[in-house]
Amino acid sequence: MCNSVLQVDVIIPTQTKYLDLIGSIGEQIAKQLDDFSGDREALAYHLNLVLTEATSNAIKHATHDPKDTVRITLHIQDNELNIKVYDHGQGFDLEAVPCPDLDQPKECGMGLFFIRTLMDTVTYTKQKDGNVLEIIKYL
Amino acid sequence: MKLNLEKIKDYSVLFIQEERIDAHNSGELKDSILHLIEQGEVNIIVQLESVRFIDSSGLGALLSGYKNAAAKSGKLALACCRPQVLSMFELTRLNRVFEIYTDLNEAFENEA
Repeated sequence: MCNSVLQVDVIIPTQTKYLDLIGSIGEQIAKQLDDFSGDREALAYHLNLVLTEATSNAIKHATHDPKDTVRITLHIQDNELNIKVYDHGQGFDLEAVPCPDLDQPKECGMGLFFIRTLMDTVTYTKQKDGNVLEIIKYL
Repeated sequence: MKLNLEKIKDYSVLFIQEERIDAHNSGELKDSILHLIEQGEVNIIVQLESVRFIDSSGLGALLSGYKNAAAKSGKLALACCRPQVLSMFELTRLNRVFEIYTDLNEAFENEA
């Protein structure tokens, strides 16, 4: 059981040089989780990957305003890890994004596949001043 | 992106000197491989020993290289993948596309 509460809230410019920072936060959190009995190294990689992909996607779909930002929050409570990635772009229809055909691999389109495969639930909703990708992983 | 290129046994061996391949540097990797292929270096081994993290854009850059090399009757193979990096190829089934060798010697023996 992971009874303690952990909350991280980060805002970054829409620049890919910050992907390492965001991914590393997820990796470090996984390595320091209390009482996690699963494969900690695998979880660390997966959180690094999912945060990298989600943030990369938000940067890709951001506005062209150089002052635009992406906000990332992580919240862990009662064995549930909740990740939210907020963007100010046009948004997209998550349900309309197809699963990639792994027998005919393409260079793009694997990011959401990783998020959907490695995490438990993924939603993308429009909000008043942007969009939020919400990812839940049960620990 | 820090890359070293060595010509070994008729292969262009691209040593990636980065711990991380993501959307920040994968474009550069893709362009570097494409540049090699355009110069006629179509038999390439990418040595991934230093890489401890790769995302979808990094996989895409390598896949682009693979397809471009194949289009010129060449081949792009991989060597020295760390277990977690290898797991990304397995998850996407790209391990069925690429020849992935434990080390460079194995790559040379099998690609010869």
